[in-house]
Amino acid sequence: MRARFTGLKAWWVQRVSAVYMLLFVFFLLYSFALQPPRAFPQWHAWMARPGTSVAFLVFFAALLGHMWVGLRDVLLDYAKPAALRRSLLALVASGLLGLGVWLLSILFWLA
Amino acid sequence: MTPPSDQRYSDAAGSHSGREHPGAGVGVDAPVRSPRPVFLDLMGIQMPVGALTSIGHRISGVVLAASVPAAVYLLGLSLRDEAGFAQVTALFGKFAFKAAAVIAVWALAHHVFGGVRHLLSDFDIGSPLRVARRSAWFVNLAGVAVALLAAGVIW
Repeated sequence: MRARFTGLKAWWVQRVSAVYMLLFVFFLLYSFALQPPRAFPQWHAWMARPGTSVAFLVFFAALLGHMWVGLRDVLLDYAKPAALRRSLLALVASGLLGLGVWLLSILFWLA
Repeated sequence: MTPPSDQRYSDAAGSHSGREHPGAGVGVDAPVRSPRPVFLDLMGIQMPVGALTSIGHRISGVVLAASVPAAVYLLGLSLRDEAGFAQVTALFGKFAFKAAAVIAVWALAHHVFGGVRHLLSDFDIGSPLRVARRSAWFVNLAGVAVALLAAGVIW
């Protein structure tokens, strides 16, 4: 809970991650339009390609950072009692960390 | 909608008669002596289109965040083995899943369009009220349009 992305840093995290995720969505739509994943071996092989895996890894990092800034903003606006706000923020932070571990394990088992 | 024309605003202070915000009309910045409780005319309050875009951006963001764990689960399942992949593709035949997918697509589309609008305003593009109103309408309608398109593709 030390690097909390606040202030100008949060502003940058939100915008840089947004732009990357937008490009990533275009990449995904293009890939699926070109070759819809209809069977497991093809889908698995595509995901296991280094280019795809790295694109997904960066996407996951961008997603988690973006989620932190956004959910934090929402909690700061609506969770007024300090104790409630603190525990909800801690809950979101640990949830995001858990998601990160989960996503890493998915990518790891591809290889 | 007409601003409330009662005596609450004619107080001794006088300088702050609420006339600066004729559109607000709900006594938010009424003088200190305003009687409480204040009854808001809920049917008379209309959000400007940009406010809908803004609250929609927040709601769609929360919807997307809430759907991420499910998406991660499905991604992992689809990549585990043949059976997992078959399970995920079978889900696309279920009505509830299709409906959830369309809602998620609306949330993503609205969030992306609204987000691009925010990014443009970072560069001072589209700030004049007329332009901002038009782009707000575009975001609200385009989000729904993409969701309808997705529904058409899925069904």
